Amino acid sequence: MALAKRETRVERRDASAKEGSQAKRLPVISMVLLALTFAGMMISIWMVFIYAPTDAIEGDAQRIFYFHLPSAIIGMLAFAIVAVGGVVYLWKKDERWDWAARAAAEVGAVFLTFALITGSIWGRTTWGTWWTWDARLTTTLILWFIYIGYLMLRSYMGRSEAGARAGAVLAIIGLIDVPIIYESVNWWRTLHPQAVLPIGSSPQLPPEMLLTLLVAFVTFTLLFSLLLMQLYQLEKMQTLAQRLRASVEV
Amino acid sequence: MMFLEQVMAILWKDVRSEWRSKQMWTGMGLFAILVLVIFNFAFDLRVDNKAAVAPGALWVAFVFASMLGLGRTIAVEREKGTMDRLLLCPVDRKAVYLAKLLGNMLFIGVVEIVALPIFAVLFDVPLFFGPLLPIVLLGTLGIAAVGTLFAAMAAATRARELLLPILVFPLIVPVVIAAVRATGTLLVPAANEPPWLGLMAAFDVIFLSVSMLTFEYIVDE
Amino acid sequence: MDTPLLETTGLKKSFGLKTVLRGIDLAVCSGESVALMGANGAGKTTLLRILACLTSPSSGSARIDGWDSGRDAQRVRRLVGFVAHQPYLYDELTAEENLLFFGKMYAVKDARERAAQLLQRVGLEKRARERVGVLSRGQAQRLSLARALLHAPRVLLLDEPDAGLDEQGYELVEAVLAEHSAGGGAVLFTTHQLERALKLADSLVMLGKGRIVLQEKTAGLELERMRQEYQEVVR
Repeated sequence: MALAKRETRVERRDASAKEGSQAKRLPVISMVLLALTFAGMMISIWMVFIYAPTDAIEGDAQRIFYFHLPSAIIGMLAFAIVAVGGVVYLWKKDERWDWAARAAAEVGAVFLTFALITGSIWGRTTWGTWWTWDARLTTTLILWFIYIGYLMLRSYMGRSEAGARAGAVLAIIGLIDVPIIYESVNWWRTLHPQAVLPIGSSPQLPPEMLLTLLVAFVTFTLLFSLLLMQLYQLEKMQTLAQRLRASVEV
Repeated sequence: MMFLEQVMAILWKDVRSEWRSKQMWTGMGLFAILVLVIFNFAFDLRVDNKAAVAPGALWVAFVFASMLGLGRTIAVEREKGTMDRLLLCPVDRKAVYLAKLLGNMLFIGVVEIVALPIFAVLFDVPLFFGPLLPIVLLGTLGIAAVGTLFAAMAAATRARELLLPILVFPLIVPVVIAAVRATGTLLVPAANEPPWLGLMAAFDVIFLSVSMLTFEYIVDE
Repeated sequence: MDTPLLETTGLKKSFGLKTVLRGIDLAVCSGESVALMGANGAGKTTLLRILACLTSPSSGSARIDGWDSGRDAQRVRRLVGFVAHQPYLYDELTAEENLLFFGKMYAVKDARERAAQLLQRVGLEKRARERVGVLSRGQAQRLSLARALLHAPRVLLLDEPDAGLDEQGYELVEAVLAEHSAGGGAVLFTTHQLERALKLADSLVMLGKGRIVLQEKTAGLELERMRQEYQEVVR
């Protein structure tokens, strides 16, 4: 009859034991991250709204900067994670890197959306316009489109190896392209001087502001890591569930 | 070299197939001209405006016509679900990519050659074919280098006509900026222009290489 | 037989939620001819496609002449000739142009002579300059056979070669298979016709729901008994 090999009972027991101990560790890390993130958020909010001094030029509206800058930078770094995950996936063919890449893309897109919105609000309060085509904001917007393209592509191609590979290639090309996009927009802008958002370009930040910014940064990084872990687990579960359903169906 | 021979063989095969079926060229050519005409009405050009808007109109027409054409050459292979007949062979996937790229550039090139004189007439703009050539060449190469790769990607999905521009437009922003500015400088010379041609050349080299190397991951199952 | 020419180990293939192959262990030696049977959807075509390196397995491996179909795909493609359900030809090119093109793709030496030779072998020398689009299905299949033989492959894979062929075509396929085996190559073909399988092949393999359910040498098999087994599998 069939030539399939059956696992011995001992092998199966050992495998599930290993899975079990691994599974127990994860919620602990998640819990710790959650606690740290929550603490960080509380501290940050206090620092941003109470501790940090009011900006002399812009007034209270400047405080949005503490939310905008970290989320923008993390949103961009997340894309680097997507691309690196993609490269390693293509090289090693280990799907876990693809899970990480996809998770990073989803969290990164959210962070970047938040960064764009806060950036826009900040521009509105400071300069009266909701949008300005300065190099940094424009590049952020284009990166946002690339993120959306990535998510759409992964969605249309479903949970498959082809989808993972396509996503990896898109991320690699996107990552290489971003600096070029930035430069080209910069050159273009020198011909149309417009309002420039003072994004972190103020050379002297008083130490209290610097500290607030740093704390906010750490908090957002913690938040990113927390969300990344959750989404990674979700990707893993969904893939394994699909595989299970496939092997059961006759 | 076998590699180049194979590139040429695939290119020749594609050109011959398209020539004998005569489907694509007329459609793309008409499309490019139509876009230019619509731009003419849409911007209500008076004499002083034209030089400013013309380069943009030209390149928008080229980009959109490219989107149509790019999908097509890959779709031809994938139509019966078979890029298989080509992938069955032990031909280097880089050669396949190059051949597809050159084929795309040829088709888009024909459209551009047709559209340029019309453009000159509609926008009442003097046409300097000489200096314009490198701009059009480098710009088209940039769009096609990225577009060929992503056309292969999008061809596997159902929403390919929608997905291709969504993926490609953000990535070719540097090329579009450079091409429009470079074309504009031809019409209205300006001082202290950044080296747009250099940017396009760098873009082309980088993305041609990356696309060529990653093509096999997209196309092999 | 020492090392088989073609060998698969634990070959599995899933497409999303559907699992088509659930662990195939197969070995085919030089000179051996194997008939693959099974219901539609049992995984026959998928197996052939994996062996032809058109698609990669979800897990497990396939080796041809020692080369792995995943890692050494380009090498394996050189060794395999595949006659699929679709002819894998270009409709707008002529028969001759098709063979010359594929000759280039396979880096075949003296492509022109070889193409002329093969066109004659499959009985299409008079139609060399006609576009494939105007050929009949039977003629296109014969040309497809020529394409598969162009690079003198060691393994010949045929997906239902008896479908859509005329009488002349049948005889051609039989002759080609015999020649190929005699030359030391391996043949793997799928079919729905039991008599044909027993007549042409050295071994019979039946697939049921993605697994091998029967694997026997054809010498000494009785048609009636096999017919009953086959009905079981196909149901």
